[in-house]
Amino acid sequence: MVPTTFGVLVLTFLLFHVVGGSPAEVVLGKNATAEALALFDARYGYDKPLLCGRWAKTRAVGATPVATLPKRGGTGLRRVPIAYALPPGTYRINAGQALLGLREAATGVEDEALVDGPAPLTFAIRAGWKASSLDVGGALPQTLLLEKKGSGFFDSQFVRYVTSLLKGDLGVSSEHGLPVARVLRGGVAPSLSLTVPILLLGTLIGVMLGLLCAAWRGGAVDKMVLILSTLLMSVNYVVWVLAGQFLLAFKLRLFPIWGFESAAYLVLPVLIGIVSGLGRDIRFFRAAILDEVYKPYVRTAQAKGLSGSRIMVRHVLRNSLIPIVTYVSLSIPFLFTGSLMLESFFGIPGLGNVSLNAIHSSDMAVVRAVVILGALLYQGVNLLTDVCYAWLDPRVRLG
Amino acid sequence: MDKENKPRKSPNMLGRLWRRWDTRLCLLVIAAYCCAAAYGELVYQVSRLADRTPSYNQVHEASRYVPPAFVRVFDAERRPAGQPLYLLGSDNLGRDVLQRLVQGARIAFHVGIITSLIAIPLGVILGCLGGYFGGRADSLVVWLCATVASMPGLLFILAVAMVVGQGLLGVYLGIGLTTWVSVCRNVRGEVIKHRSRAYVQAAQVLGYSHARIMFRHILPNVTHIILIAFSIRFPASVATEVFISFLGIGVQGEPSWGIMINNARLRLWQGVWWEMTFVTLAIFALVLAFNHLADALRDLLDPALRTEQA
Repeated sequence: MVPTTFGVLVLTFLLFHVVGGSPAEVVLGKNATAEALALFDARYGYDKPLLCGRWAKTRAVGATPVATLPKRGGTGLRRVPIAYALPPGTYRINAGQALLGLREAATGVEDEALVDGPAPLTFAIRAGWKASSLDVGGALPQTLLLEKKGSGFFDSQFVRYVTSLLKGDLGVSSEHGLPVARVLRGGVAPSLSLTVPILLLGTLIGVMLGLLCAAWRGGAVDKMVLILSTLLMSVNYVVWVLAGQFLLAFKLRLFPIWGFESAAYLVLPVLIGIVSGLGRDIRFFRAAILDEVYKPYVRTAQAKGLSGSRIMVRHVLRNSLIPIVTYVSLSIPFLFTGSLMLESFFGIPGLGNVSLNAIHSSDMAVVRAVVILGALLYQGVNLLTDVCYAWLDPRVRLG
Repeated sequence: MDKENKPRKSPNMLGRLWRRWDTRLCLLVIAAYCCAAAYGELVYQVSRLADRTPSYNQVHEASRYVPPAFVRVFDAERRPAGQPLYLLGSDNLGRDVLQRLVQGARIAFHVGIITSLIAIPLGVILGCLGGYFGGRADSLVVWLCATVASMPGLLFILAVAMVVGQGLLGVYLGIGLTTWVSVCRNVRGEVIKHRSRAYVQAAQVLGYSHARIMFRHILPNVTHIILIAFSIRFPASVATEVFISFLGIGVQGEPSWGIMINNARLRLWQGVWWEMTFVTLAIFALVLAFNHLADALRDLLDPALRTEQA
């Protein structure tokens, strides 16, 4: 469980921090100034190196080729357009010569400093001062790279990410400006009120139909249910929702169409949730039960003269519980993350709704938090399922 | 005598599927969709090369919401002269629903095939490596599988699509990179069974390279798993694409089925039923054909797999 948890952290980090590009650009948009982006980076620690290292690239110097930079008359230096005044700190630049135009913020005193030496040059800007201009000369590379020094080798985005998650800090939602935990907290109860009935009723109906199929295997009931389940499986989820809303709620006026005010508002989404998952469920339960039906102990029970229903429920079902429990338990984490579609279509303010809105507004922190929570819950449930095995089947020992 | 001595392996699968009426129907349906998708691709490429608005995106203000042709036959008043046929009606901008459906089929096939091309090789290679070498490589593969499997399915796909950027690429990567796990697990399990068989040991004794044993000797014996995986993955990918596009995160500007449903759902309340009905039917028929074919393939090729892949 620990390695997989670590894997989940690495994967989410890769997805949201590396593949997705800069979080600042995602949140602030393409038109944000480099200074705003840098401020955002500094605030949330995105100005640190990704995995480890002492130096991290800054946004002050763009990717313009050095050859196109304007020369300053006489000095042999080239003026580098910097996007914002460099704040105090230690910097490194891959040039042989650098001339800094410094300014003390409090007094407005201006000063110049020339750094010289083999590339890359290292220089520090004292507290209270900012560098408002930068000229480079000497041995110049193709493109300039200005890096800022971090506070330690392991002071990186990844370490910061893992430690903040370990502390339970899920970040700040860029859409709401609130801590993510607070945004998500309100969504758990509505999600559960929708998904728990779906899971319980769906499993109950699925197991009953599966038992019926297995009891009359090969018969008319079995064939009918099998055909029906293939048909159910092939209807798109979107269609279930739209058809239910249009036909049952709008045309026949059996249920309220939209909202989250009383239990009546949950009936239709629960119904759709059950029906849309039933096809898969029945087929799985039927197969799991059929695996047991041909075992010798069933013949023994028949030979003892037990009734068919007693054999199916007390003997066969009991033994096919392990695959069934595994199957059902795997959907428990999704009880919390909720149903994206049902919640957004029926206006249920659950986690699914929250995460869908977050995806639409590129609210990375919220999406990331829901993904991580879902994954961690999944692993927790997996562990519980293993414990359940031992309880269901005394032959299984927990090592 | 000859007939009976035919090797039991490598049965002519297409022939066996063709012999049953239900699977034959599925094959015909899928072939029809293939033709439609190929025709759609042709239309798309031709209008792209000629640099003009393709006919399925042309707006006819005069003929919005034209009912399907077979409805208009009985309703003389609603048969305006001098406009396209509109066999399956037109939508809110006077675009031909049938042509847009064909384009939808094109996109569905793109998604189904490309996501399979990402997921299946990934799963097969990792599964082969893990199953064949065992030990630390296997632990790594199992760890990778467990990690990806614990991601909350659809939300993770949406997150990948969001991060990669809206559009088809996000859909491909989102679905492809999250669904290889089941392929990998099945292939790994099967390769483990084969690892200790005599023919593999013989190949090892002959000094063949690991890669050669894995991919030339073992892989042909697990192709049925790949075939089954494809027949399961394809309809699942199509359904997921419809969902993602419906939410507005997937395909942009092209008539994907999901986008068509999203357009049609607003008009449904005003009695414009045809767009919704035909898109729904188009998705349903394709997914049903594939689902049924997948069942038949599973029964034919690997009875043991039946329970695992519900």
